[in-house]
Amino acid sequence: MNLSLRPWLASGAPYIWLNAGAVSISLIMVVGLIALIAVRGLAHFWPADVLAFEYLQQDGSLTHIIGEIVDQESTTESHITHHADQDAARTFRRYLIKTGNRDHLGLDFRWVDQSGMQERHYPDELMVVERREWGNLYGYLAGIKMDGQDISSKENHWTQLQQLIDHSGEIFDEIRHIEKHRIGAINYQMEELRIRKKGLILKGDNDPDKHQQITEQRNNLQEQYNDLTVQLKSLYQSLNQYSFIARIADGKELTVPLSRVVRAYRPNSMSVFQKIRFYFIKLWEFVSDEPREANTEGGIFPAIFGTVLMVMIMAVIVTPFGVVAAVYLHEYAKQGVMTRIIRIAVNNLAGVPSIVYGVFGLGFFVYFLGGSIDQLFFPEKLPAPTFGTPGLMWASITLAILTVPVVIVATEEGLSRVPRAIREGSLALGATKAETLWRTVLPMTASAMITGLILAIARAAGEVAPLMLVGVVKLAPTLPLDANYPFLHLDRKFMHLGFHIYDVGFQSPNVEAARPLVYATALLLVLIIIILNLTAIRIRNRLREKYRAAEQH
Amino acid sequence: MSELTSRPSLLPDFNAPAAVSYRRWRGIKDRAARHLMALGGISVLIAIILIAFYLLYVVLPMFRPAHIEVLVQYDLPGNPEESTVYYAIEEQHEIGLRASESGDLYFFKTAEGTLIKSVNLFEAHQDDITAFSAGDPTQGLLAFATGKGTVLLVQHRYRVTYPNDVRLITPAVEYPLENKPVVMDVNKNPIRLIAAQAEDNQVSIAAAVADVIIRLSTFSKETSLISDETTVQRVDATITMENPVIKMVMDIEQRELYVADNRGNISYFDISNKTAPRLVQKVHAVPDGTVITSLEFLAGGISILVGDSRGTITQWFPVRDQENNYTLQNIRNFRSLKAPVVTMAPDYSRKGFTAIDKQGYIGIYHTTAHRTVKKQRISEEPLTFVAVDPRGNAMLVEDSSQQLQFWQVENEHPEISWRSIWGKVWYESRQQPEYIWQSSSASNDFEPKFSLTPLAFGTLKAALYAMLFSIPLAILGAIYTAYFMNARMRAYVKPTIEMMGALPTVILGFLAGLWLAPFIEKNLPGVLMLMLLLPVTMLISAYLWQFLPKRMRQYIPEGWEAAILIPIILLAGVAAIALGRPVENLFFAGNMPLWLTNVVGINFDQRNSLVVGIAMGFAVIPTIFSISEDAIYGVPKQLTTGSLALGATPWQTMMGVVLLTASPGIFSAIMIGFGRAVGETMIVVMATGNTAIMDMNIFQGFRALSANIAVEMPESEVSSTHYRILFLAGLVLFAATFLFNTIAEIVRQRLRTKYSNL
Repeated sequence: MNLSLRPWLASGAPYIWLNAGAVSISLIMVVGLIALIAVRGLAHFWPADVLAFEYLQQDGSLTHIIGEIVDQESTTESHITHHADQDAARTFRRYLIKTGNRDHLGLDFRWVDQSGMQERHYPDELMVVERREWGNLYGYLAGIKMDGQDISSKENHWTQLQQLIDHSGEIFDEIRHIEKHRIGAINYQMEELRIRKKGLILKGDNDPDKHQQITEQRNNLQEQYNDLTVQLKSLYQSLNQYSFIARIADGKELTVPLSRVVRAYRPNSMSVFQKIRFYFIKLWEFVSDEPREANTEGGIFPAIFGTVLMVMIMAVIVTPFGVVAAVYLHEYAKQGVMTRIIRIAVNNLAGVPSIVYGVFGLGFFVYFLGGSIDQLFFPEKLPAPTFGTPGLMWASITLAILTVPVVIVATEEGLSRVPRAIREGSLALGATKAETLWRTVLPMTASAMITGLILAIARAAGEVAPLMLVGVVKLAPTLPLDANYPFLHLDRKFMHLGFHIYDVGFQSPNVEAARPLVYATALLLVLIIIILNLTAIRIRNRLREKYRAAEQH
Repeated sequence: MSELTSRPSLLPDFNAPAAVSYRRWRGIKDRAARHLMALGGISVLIAIILIAFYLLYVVLPMFRPAHIEVLVQYDLPGNPEESTVYYAIEEQHEIGLRASESGDLYFFKTAEGTLIKSVNLFEAHQDDITAFSAGDPTQGLLAFATGKGTVLLVQHRYRVTYPNDVRLITPAVEYPLENKPVVMDVNKNPIRLIAAQAEDNQVSIAAAVADVIIRLSTFSKETSLISDETTVQRVDATITMENPVIKMVMDIEQRELYVADNRGNISYFDISNKTAPRLVQKVHAVPDGTVITSLEFLAGGISILVGDSRGTITQWFPVRDQENNYTLQNIRNFRSLKAPVVTMAPDYSRKGFTAIDKQGYIGIYHTTAHRTVKKQRISEEPLTFVAVDPRGNAMLVEDSSQQLQFWQVENEHPEISWRSIWGKVWYESRQQPEYIWQSSSASNDFEPKFSLTPLAFGTLKAALYAMLFSIPLAILGAIYTAYFMNARMRAYVKPTIEMMGALPTVILGFLAGLWLAPFIEKNLPGVLMLMLLLPVTMLISAYLWQFLPKRMRQYIPEGWEAAILIPIILLAGVAAIALGRPVENLFFAGNMPLWLTNVVGINFDQRNSLVVGIAMGFAVIPTIFSISEDAIYGVPKQLTTGSLALGATPWQTMMGVVLLTASPGIFSAIMIGFGRAVGETMIVVMATGNTAIMDMNIFQGFRALSANIAVEMPESEVSSTHYRILFLAGLVLFAATFLFNTIAEIVRQRLRTKYSNL
């Protein structure tokens, strides 16, 4: 063996390997990042076993802890205390336990030192209760009450509890339907009437008939509202009837009204099959439900809905303008210095920071255009702004401007790939330029346009910074699309997946509890964007092959 | 043949009316399409240009000079025989106040000069008035001193009501102490000079009862909790000066007293202890031979303005040194007036003021910006009085011909100048000139600190660390992928890395802030070791590779090195992190960030530039990688084959031929990557602490321009200075990235033509 380094260095092999290493690191980073999000995001919905153990605290006392292990690390004393004293370098392992019962303990999570953990149990009877407020409850079922009376049947009070939870869940859904949809609709109509009345006054229209009509309608609505409140009252009564008693880790017994319970389950006694079923139920809840508890629990449906709707409106705006601009640039404009400059400018705009578009959108669309629209068309709503405040329409238009270069570039590329022969053939047969474009060139460019559109959508779906200025909110009370005329409310603010990640991850009061949901949201967003991009890449590849074939014939 | 031609054609007749009109219709459609396309295309392009111009349109008003315009001129309201001592305007600038030397208060309509109300304060007392002063304008306090050693304090107040939905402002006079002069000098010496302030429940009066003797009295009101009775406590003190006093001002909180004497000295007294005033410092404020002609507080009661007989106005405030001692320092000078300064009127809530001089010039200034917003000669006669309204929209000017002019002032953004945005500025209560960004505060008379320098610094710092991380990885990776990598692997690798670029940055920022930052804090030695270990591991694996049995090496063809390295790098990573723990315990007392702070003295933030560098590097790698890969891959094959045929190794060919040819492309890739790093927002918002510090320390955070916009824009008031300066930040980002991208694009286009020529 020749161990001399010189020929090896001279061959250039080490440098090539270093270069290869750079690729490997990049690949590891991409794949690792997606894997990290996927693992953390998907693991959240799995019903983990609940642990019960005695814990020897630092002051020497024993305490009983119930909870799920959510994280573990090996660390040193100094990392925790931030003091450089003698014990600082003592290394130990610790676990993060989700103990729940925030109303009782003050915190959801607790770090425990491995050395202090005594014998661990996984009792079958341990239950986890998901509540509408205060997060999860961990404990044992100790009884069921109706109007304060103990009604638990000793043998199968767990089944009894499940039935009662299902029952109260139905009532709760009904209440929510009434409060949100029916009363919401009444409130909406009342507001419309108020504005109509104000509009009449502003116009100086004193026609008593019109005013009378409004008053009648208002009284009518008020009656409906009163009926609904009566109905709600009885529903609430039957909802608040039941409660159950839970014995928590320190032996205390808590009474929990069933109206606050989403579901209760006993993970330690569930079979793998049951757990899988539970997993998918939770996953479905995540994508289809509304958020609870300042977005840290529940689902993200409004955010998905808002993102999709915003992107769709944006697509409707950006496609015609992008395509028309590209066709003009490529087919009609005289090629020269000017078109070169314009091309450079369009290319550059793709590189202008998105926040700049946000600033422009806020200043020009929201305050300038929106303010003027309000003055002209909605004077009766002033001083409350209609379009003079960030909202869905301005967000869509801002993102349309942001992504228009993407569509222009992609369409132009598609146009330049259409073989000259096809164009000339069409013209030679007597077609006008417009006909040539419409009948032959544009259909051949369709997939390029779609590629551009998909890339634009992918970019828009992931963009957050400009939206923070032009329309996104952390919690929108109503969706921008509902059953109230005119159904699509372009002036409303909306929720957005990307902003949801930022808001819940960084502005939430309970970041630790919200973190798994943020990972799950991030995973969803990444999946959407990867799928969109892969589709665009596939379309583009197919397109290239098609043209290669067309050119060869 | 003739039979053939005469046979009716299958095609419709070319000149048939239907065909003609159809052709015409098609022609119309064609032209319509052409115009429509042109219209659509050009409007999109105009929209694009509009962005730049709209940003400019919002930014420009900040740099415009103030505009003043005289609305009306009238005779002095009230008795013109009595000379004026003071003017004031209320907030809506509908009503003006003129105080005269005999103690008459005339409230008048500013629009026409008609009197609405007059109050004679001294009707009952019959004393002659020897001195007058006004307190802080926000309190509306006026102090009249008499020849018998007494002082009367009044406040002018305005009540706004809306009878029949029309605004009605009613002026009123109140007495902070009681409707009776207080005795300042028991010997009944005439008071020569006075300064007074009233705020909350405390009133202080300083009165010069002789050339060199100042009596200081403080009245504190206390309301008894039980009986609702108010008792007033009085504390007295006396100050003796060396030289005769000519000007005297007290701050609104009644802690400081500044006294100017006839030799051009200013004595700075600490009067926070009301029984024992302390002379802190005496400074010679103007050169010999110059007289102090005006002395005023700037809004907020920290700075004083000294106007002198040369027309120069100097700003002073106490500066704290290392030993916590305050010394009065000359901060900045305004020299635009050439004649003696007559008087100055400070703005109510801004750090600006208006000055008038003996030649009829008026000057509007702002101290923070060190800017003369306006200078104009408005009268041939010397000007005698000036007053501004609380919002800075109007002013009253009296000249020596007993005419009062009512002016409209447009002065929305005096606090902005090139220097206050980019240069070091000496802000009030700071020890030296600094770059500070601090746009808002709870306090009303807060001095906004609009220096974009620390933000631009933060942006560049972020971009720099991101480039340090991404350039080696992206360019080395591009070289390998374009030139050495197996084609089959390339088909997967390139889209995968390009996919990195499509990942939303909010996700990168979230991971950087919530996962990477704590991870690095916990495993700092491991992470640092990893950076050293990785290249070493690669080289060792490369070295060992050649000693593997030939059969094994043949099993994996050339161009798959990157795949082989993946498990090795993963192992090295795990090893480095695992090793990090014992290393940290052994050398860094179990906590390296703490050790850095305590022993080395380098501050460590959890969300620091290293985290941002990695996260933003991640976002930039695909951009640089993709463009430089294209450039390298596009190098014409005849060049490389030629080089190889002449006996160069692949690596020599790479370095000598390929890289050289592709270098403009790589340069433009770096430029575009830099542009992306500069404008990136979500990563810097989420992965740094967002504190605007100027420090290159990799373990500390920063505040970037883009993050600053995202955080502050939603809260800024439309058309305020803050709003416009955020637009300026946006414009700076726009211009910077546009510049980088244009350079890159031009370089790239040149390269493309070069390749096609080769």
